[in-house]
Amino acid sequence: MSNLLTVSPSPHVHSDDSTRKIMYRVVYAMIPALLWSVFIFGIDALRVTLIAVAACIAFEYLIQKYLMKINPSVTDGSALVTGILLAFNVPAGIPWWIIVIGSLAAIGIGKLSFGGLGSNIFNPALVGRVFLLISFPVQMTSWPVTRQSDVDAVTSATPLGIIKEGLTNGTPVSQLLPDLPATSDMLLGNMGGSLGEISVLLLIVGGLYMLFKKVITWHIPVSIIVSVGIIAAIFWGAAPQNYVNPVYHLLTGGLMLGAIFMATDMVSSPMTPKGQIIYGVGIGVITISIRLFGAYPEGISFAILIMNAFTPLINTYVKPKRFGGK
Amino acid sequence: MLKTFKKGGVHPPENKLSSGKPIEVLPPPASVFIPVAQHIGAPATPVVSRGDTVKVGQIIAKSSSFVSTNIHSSVSGKVKKVDFQADSSGYPKQGVFIDVAGDEWIDEIDRSDELKKEFELSGEEIVRKIQDAGIVGLGGATFPTHVKLVPPKGMKADVLLINGVECEPYLTSDHRLMLEKTEEILVGTQLLMKALNVEKAVIGIENNKPDAIQLLTEKSKTYQGISVVALKVKYPQGGEKQLINAVTGREVPSGGLPIAVGAVVSNVGTAFAVYEGIQKNKPLFERVVTITGKAVSSPSNLLVRVGTPTSVLIEAAGGLPENSGKVISGGPMMGRAIASLDVPVTKGTSGILLMEKEQSKRKEYIACIRCSRCVSVCPIGLEPYLLMTLSEKQIFDQSEDAKIMDCIECGSCSYTCPSNRPLLDYIRFGKGKVGQIIRSRKK
Repeated sequence: MSNLLTVSPSPHVHSDDSTRKIMYRVVYAMIPALLWSVFIFGIDALRVTLIAVAACIAFEYLIQKYLMKINPSVTDGSALVTGILLAFNVPAGIPWWIIVIGSLAAIGIGKLSFGGLGSNIFNPALVGRVFLLISFPVQMTSWPVTRQSDVDAVTSATPLGIIKEGLTNGTPVSQLLPDLPATSDMLLGNMGGSLGEISVLLLIVGGLYMLFKKVITWHIPVSIIVSVGIIAAIFWGAAPQNYVNPVYHLLTGGLMLGAIFMATDMVSSPMTPKGQIIYGVGIGVITISIRLFGAYPEGISFAILIMNAFTPLINTYVKPKRFGGK
Repeated sequence: MLKTFKKGGVHPPENKLSSGKPIEVLPPPASVFIPVAQHIGAPATPVVSRGDTVKVGQIIAKSSSFVSTNIHSSVSGKVKKVDFQADSSGYPKQGVFIDVAGDEWIDEIDRSDELKKEFELSGEEIVRKIQDAGIVGLGGATFPTHVKLVPPKGMKADVLLINGVECEPYLTSDHRLMLEKTEEILVGTQLLMKALNVEKAVIGIENNKPDAIQLLTEKSKTYQGISVVALKVKYPQGGEKQLINAVTGREVPSGGLPIAVGAVVSNVGTAFAVYEGIQKNKPLFERVVTITGKAVSSPSNLLVRVGTPTSVLIEAAGGLPENSGKVISGGPMMGRAIASLDVPVTKGTSGILLMEKEQSKRKEYIACIRCSRCVSVCPIGLEPYLLMTLSEKQIFDQSEDAKIMDCIECGSCSYTCPSNRPLLDYIRFGKGKVGQIIRSRKK
């Protein structure tokens, strides 16, 4: 024997799946919604996305290399995912410097201050979004016109914004309906909103791809969507003049983006199916509570961040059923 | 819907390269090293010394306690020395070195191929003969078979499961045995049923061996109480607890033995050894070994004498491929990488797997992304990610509470981890430490 044999403990084979492959699958799943966004909002959508991605990767590299003094791990694809998700959560017309600040908050505060990939408690992209929402409320709610809008308009409103404003002013639901998009437009994404949240259909397509590729399981998205739907239906059934049809809650705002892409973030969501359902129902309940009773028209970002904080607790108390256990 | 175990599991590429190769007899090598500890339990005590002449089948080391077995010579020739050499564990083990001369068997062994179905022995006699013949579980765990057949007081088996699953990728020795020694396995099963005093035996076989399922189903019709069940292909179905769960739906309690749910499991190879040991008076000194690997020129199934050096098997399969990086005794999921080709085949060697250099080294691991795959594939319902962290931080009281001792070391967690984390390495480390803590508490 001229060359030495390798000795290592079993197993000696590996599934050949990798964290990077998982991250890229998430990226592929977001591409249809991104293309739709470019179609609706124009080249601005692409510009914002590219800036966010470049900024997230750059900040990750610089902070790891010069502040943390560790080998930068930008090639794992996670900063890429965070960049696209952050872009998906802002209006397409947002100034470039705001998105750069958001990227710094996402990567610097949301991710690296906790230790980097795998150690962050909160979804980094949502940390960035909420940071921006609180710091730049005007720019963060200036919705650009869509290609179908009135040519004279410079900004439009989101369906949830119309509902929140109308109901707060005491307008009955029946008078708001003409201002709201048709169901088919909501499904397709012919409406105002954040860059990546508008096309419910394409977000679901991306979700099904991730489900098929086993990047996510059904537990989190389904429990969020079902709990939002049920609670919205109860209120609507009880007082249809004061609450809108649950279809609006399900098809508008960031619900699908949040349920499919944000809440399912592996790092910040629970490990067991049972824990994931508890987490999903929690997000659903908080989301619809903010939408119905809160000051903001939309609440899923806050809901996910709040439930992210509960994830370690859920992991501690919700254990898988042990084989042969009592 | 095919039956399978309820929780977890993975499906690595099967790579059963040698499944179409009939069993060939490998002639005795020039010299053998037969370890006296080839089983779980106390090592046997050598009863030969330098210069003694031995025949095939002669006892060379005697069982030293109840949980121990006899070791028989696999060759005829002269004892060169009784000394220590590394076995597949890498640790030096005591054993008998024999220089082979001729192939002279003890007279008691019936060397004919004739199938002998009838037996008139009592259960106790069968157990004693199994003990004398040095039979151990041939699935890899090498637990002495006679011990399994004597349930602890107050416990009673109601079903015997014969393990023909062979869920490890690459290995085909059990598959070939089921095809070529079908009736012998069935007679062996009947002997085990008699020893256990059970009316029912089920042979579990994964669905990737349709020929074996068909053949055994057909032949078992004339054997009272024996049935065959096809199982969905899923690793680690050959694990005792998983097989019991797949076939009967029962769950062996945490920390308990299969007998706690009325089941005893034996491998098909063990059933064949029982047949030979009792019907042919032939002690366990040879077994079928798969020698395989993607670069191996002729992957084969060989009937090999215990004590044969690994290098002889590799030569028989066309020699060591140029770019070999790792030699594994057993399958790729649970087998042991060996450091030297002098390591002998023992009763527990189901296969020799040669891996190419590129596949031999692990990739670097990165941070856990909490994807929870290790949790979902764990057949025991443990949390490997947590157990690894607890081992890293050396918080062993918590790992004990998290049932680290229930880990069966199947490796599904490490196999599936997208960050390449060495989950099982750390769990093994933790098990060792927690085991020490438990033992010191009992003192």
